[in-house]
Amino acid sequence: MDSILLSALIFSPLLGILVLLFVPKTDEVVIKWVGLLATLLPLALAFLVFIGFDQTKEALQFAEQYKWIDFHIQPLDAGNDFVISYDLGVNGLSVVLLLLTAIVSTLAAAASVWIKDQWKGYFMLFLLLEIGMLGVFASQNLLLFFIFFEITLIPTFFLIGKWGYLDKEKAAYSFLIYNGLGSAILLIVFIILYMKAGTMNFTGLSAYLSQSPEMLERLYMGEDFRLGLLIALLVALGVKLPIVPLHSWMLQVHVQAPPPIVMIHSGILLKIGAYGLLQFGVGFFPGEFEKIAFWIALLGVINLLYGAFIAFVQIDFKKVLAYSSVSHMGIVLIGIASLTEAGTQGAMFQVVSHGLISALLFFIVGLIYQRTGTSLITHLGGLAKVMPITAGFLLVGGLASLGLPGMSGFISEFMAFLGLFKTMPVLAAIGTLGIILTAVYILRAVLTITFGETKPMLISIKEARFVEWLPALILTFFIILIGVYPAILSDMLHLTIEAMTAGKGAMS
Amino acid sequence: MTTQKLLSFDWGMMAPEFTILIVATLLSLIDLFMPNKASRKPLALFAIAGVVIAIVFATLQIGDPTGSILFDTYRFDAFALAFKLLFLFATGLILLLAMDYKGEKNWQYRGEFFYLILTALLGAMMMASSADLITLFVGLELLSISSYILAGIRKTNLHSNEAAFKYVVNGGIATAITLFGMSYVYGLTGTTNLYSIGEALTDPIVEQNGFLLLIAFVMLFVGLSFKIAAAPFHMWAPDVYQGSPTPITAFLSVVSKTAGFVLILKVFILSFLSGQGGWHTTILLELQPYIAFIAGITMIVGNVIALRQRNIKRMFAYSSIAHAGYVLVPFVSLSLLVFKATWFYLLAYLLMNIGAFAVIQFISERDKSEDITAFSGLYKRSPLVAVMMSLFMISLAGLPFTAGFIGKFGIFMSTLSTGHYVLASVMVTTTVISYVYYFNVLVQMYFRNGVVDRIRPSVGLLLVMVICTVGTLAFGIYPSAALEFFHNGFDMTQLLEK
Repeated sequence: MDSILLSALIFSPLLGILVLLFVPKTDEVVIKWVGLLATLLPLALAFLVFIGFDQTKEALQFAEQYKWIDFHIQPLDAGNDFVISYDLGVNGLSVVLLLLTAIVSTLAAAASVWIKDQWKGYFMLFLLLEIGMLGVFASQNLLLFFIFFEITLIPTFFLIGKWGYLDKEKAAYSFLIYNGLGSAILLIVFIILYMKAGTMNFTGLSAYLSQSPEMLERLYMGEDFRLGLLIALLVALGVKLPIVPLHSWMLQVHVQAPPPIVMIHSGILLKIGAYGLLQFGVGFFPGEFEKIAFWIALLGVINLLYGAFIAFVQIDFKKVLAYSSVSHMGIVLIGIASLTEAGTQGAMFQVVSHGLISALLFFIVGLIYQRTGTSLITHLGGLAKVMPITAGFLLVGGLASLGLPGMSGFISEFMAFLGLFKTMPVLAAIGTLGIILTAVYILRAVLTITFGETKPMLISIKEARFVEWLPALILTFFIILIGVYPAILSDMLHLTIEAMTAGKGAMS
Repeated sequence: MTTQKLLSFDWGMMAPEFTILIVATLLSLIDLFMPNKASRKPLALFAIAGVVIAIVFATLQIGDPTGSILFDTYRFDAFALAFKLLFLFATGLILLLAMDYKGEKNWQYRGEFFYLILTALLGAMMMASSADLITLFVGLELLSISSYILAGIRKTNLHSNEAAFKYVVNGGIATAITLFGMSYVYGLTGTTNLYSIGEALTDPIVEQNGFLLLIAFVMLFVGLSFKIAAAPFHMWAPDVYQGSPTPITAFLSVVSKTAGFVLILKVFILSFLSGQGGWHTTILLELQPYIAFIAGITMIVGNVIALRQRNIKRMFAYSSIAHAGYVLVPFVSLSLLVFKATWFYLLAYLLMNIGAFAVIQFISERDKSEDITAFSGLYKRSPLVAVMMSLFMISLAGLPFTAGFIGKFGIFMSTLSTGHYVLASVMVTTTVISYVYYFNVLVQMYFRNGVVDRIRPSVGLLLVMVICTVGTLAFGIYPSAALEFFHNGFDMTQLLEK
């Protein structure tokens, strides 16, 4: 109750925003340094939270709670008043995601050296975005979660629309509309839950929803109603994740947004969908989730195969990676839908691992684009000769992405499929095709870029300097760390996931 | 009525109204005796001072017991006071806008510009306090007639003429229809007192003549939907909003609309809720689907047509129509939240809309253009104003950390608590549609390049913008500031007490 560490963590980027207010807007170097340094504070705090987190306790940690909004009306079928608190706290899931957010943000800030103009506005929005993302993962209250969730929309809209490539405004608008609709549906679900349960606290809601079926029936929360809420959640979070028919906005964003923002977007923002699905979908509606688990797994397999197939025919490397993200999110869905501990662990591993890998790959895309002005695979052949280090990292990223043992991607795919084979072997067997396809498209893209004859336009390109590839090195370090020592994550996740898959509800 | 009887009334409860009345009268006298050539602009300060004094009186009245004077036609209760405070606050801000209004080349301040705003305010305040159809109607007309003149006050401007003409003709028809509806109510119940009407409606004879009551209801509702610019009686709004001087547009979209909602709350909740026992109702419940339909259509029409507007004031007219739709939603659900949700939303709407109009006035006067492209590159010309405008837009769109979000959240709660899922879905979808045109303003300000000269607003405009920004943010981050104030100071059950 007494810790203010989480509040400090969430709002620490504000400090950077305040400092930036007083920096003259033409002072490029200072602004970029302030922007980068400002992300170090949340990074340090996130490490503190990560280290301070007690893995042996299932309970929420670093909790904070203050009364916030009181509507002064009695709910219809719950005893307590309609009060919404400012609720923060972390479990195993959120602690991992907080750290991931902080790491990726810092590296994306480092990658922002390529931003060419309007640095001040850029970094202020960037830091605002970080506040939103950190808040999402630390909230223990639906309204707070929603507010932070929406907070990410506004800066992202600007960051895409102002600093992106040619078709940036269209991409920004489709991002806004798709995600706006998604979060609107989310809001409806949240308010319905609130009106029914009289609380927005995660723990309180889980407790409310885990009452006996007869009791829930009497509270007008019958089975069909709950199933409806779950499906609405699936649609709302499916936009974010994205699940296949709802994914078209995300491709535009991947192609049009500036590289650091794609690192953030693909590395973290997409993960909010997975987090929400676990926290609310599995956490609040375990029984109903089981009922539609097959369909979710099916959607996962579709995501996996569809993304992989389409990625195979793309000639723009950014598009390959965009479809690869779609495909990899399929593995998250599969893992969650398996409803086994191994599967859910796999899903979470995939969330983290994909966050790191896609950040790495998009970082390299940015690096290459900054030098060559293109991301077309066919224009980039023979990169290894002129940029050996960059090409090396590209190869590492590619191998991690296709799930080479010893890297984080392998663990996640292995565990997710392990889970699914236990519950739905047929779907799992079909899904494994996806792994092969992944290997095919990744290798095709990466090898075409790296080897072969050096294209004439690449001849005069210079290799990246040390500071430029340092972020890639850090990401690679984490990717391999998780690959060879997965316990660093699984110990964190273990108790929380065990509680969830046992149907005990999200927290408690 | 003897003098003695007249003196026995507790006139103190009308202190805010009297203040406004006295100031308006004084202003008109001063205007009359001032030399013709002298500038009328200082009169605004006088008017603002009057509003401030009235706010002080009104604040002192918070927590006072219910009372009524003039043979129960005029009533003081928490409901009236809560809305009067909104009117006063909004009018104060609008007077600040009016003081800095530049208009066109041959525009010169005329005294009536200020005292007509005050008389309109007085009309709105009377509506909030009236307990009788007659006083209600008098208040409504005082507000309307003042507004007609204000809309056309730029005598040499064609748009302004058109606005005044359209407004007066349409408004006249709407008033006539409202009055027609009122006459049915009177004919059925034999009384004009809103509280007695509620009781009389339970009379078996009235119940047998339900269809007459239905006519009365529909007529009244038509008239009132005109006032709040709800579809399908919204057609006047775009032309009138576009043609009126910007402060008056702000006045119409905030004060006039709020007054319309006060009227709806009073007439429908009071008279159509059967007098005793509060919340179980007869005809109003049956008519819920129709109100829901109107709310839905209003949200759709407002938001969809706003997408295509190039003129910023027209866009705001449609935005204002859309917001009328949102505020109608709690009326459909009739949940316990109706007063709180409506009041808070109107407060939020007041702040964000007046703030936005301050910026619009600033930009459109500066560039002599009301086209949306006048906003292009505003971020470079005046970053502070651009940031404040962004906040108003984000609030109007209903995104978090702004009062607009909490307002919408309250309305959502009231809908979903009563299970109106369809209406909630319409609201959600149209809200997302609204992102497009609100964000379009942001796109203009930040993404497009326009003229690059640095500009700064006058003190009055800046003051309005800052007050609205602070309010929008404060009530967005800590809504309890307003909710607790409302909850502690204003006991809404007073409205239902006889």
